[in-house]
Amino acid sequence: MNNQAVRQSSFTLVALFVLLAATIALAYVDLGHLHTPVAMVISVAKAVLIYLVFMNLRHEKGLVLLAAGAGFFWLLIMVSLTLGDYLTRHT
Amino acid sequence: MSEYVAHQFEDLEQQRESTTLGMWIFLATEVLVFGGMFLAYIVYRIQFPAGFAQGSNETLIWAGSINTAILLISSFLVAIAVHFAPAGSRNLVPLLLGGAAVLGVAFLGIKAYEYTHEIHEGLFPGKHFHFPGTPEPGVEMFFVLYFTMTALHAVHVIIGIGLLAALALRYRLSRDPVRLAPSVDLTGLYWHFVDIVWVFLFPLFYLIARHHS
Repeated sequence: MNNQAVRQSSFTLVALFVLLAATIALAYVDLGHLHTPVAMVISVAKAVLIYLVFMNLRHEKGLVLLAAGAGFFWLLIMVSLTLGDYLTRHT
Repeated sequence: MSEYVAHQFEDLEQQRESTTLGMWIFLATEVLVFGGMFLAYIVYRIQFPAGFAQGSNETLIWAGSINTAILLISSFLVAIAVHFAPAGSRNLVPLLLGGAAVLGVAFLGIKAYEYTHEIHEGLFPGKHFHFPGTPEPGVEMFFVLYFTMTALHAVHVIIGIGLLAALALRYRLSRDPVRLAPSVDLTGLYWHFVDIVWVFLFPLFYLIARHHS
């Protein structure tokens, strides 16, 4: 039973390992200022895969999705307001 | 095969949705716990880019990379366990959960080796902090955040190992393991979240400036 679910999870694990290899390899390439943004895009891609497949968010409905997103929404407010201060001081 | 609906719920689906929602609300608070620390990291890194680059190159990249792989595999095992838990397999499910817990212990072992190495090198912040060569400003702050954030993450790993091991045992010994399927589900969500936190810690602490090393 559940063979399809096992297959999906296996593919996801392979994809996660490819992303891990990519982030380590790219760390040794000089990307200038794009270094951390690229690493973060890869981390977000990994997190999205884990959220959607391993944590089954792709099968959840409204209220659970709202709760799952709420933490990140609050985090966004906290980070953007703080940086709005630190990046505009010009001292 | 039997599943149970507690008396406060209308049906199985409502029960499942309620327990899942509760776990996601808890995880939203966890995002903020770690989020506050990530914010501190961002603010200090903007202030001390050179110190952070220098500090990052002192971390053990092989250890961080292996540990990332370990957590990804253990998350995979738990995801498979979640799929099979409603079928009541007393052999397979405890094996998967136990395997994930063992990988968690391996993660902590490697982390402990790293801490020992770093403390031995004098990289633990405080009176005895000693950085080889000419330290850039902020390099000590890098290690303050490194030790605080990885230690808070390690505490979560320890809790996760306890939950996984206890659940593996209960599932194995239960007369009616199907009843534990929701617990497998929720413990799985927690373990995946701990994995996701590490997915962000790894590049931010180990990979900042490898191209300069």
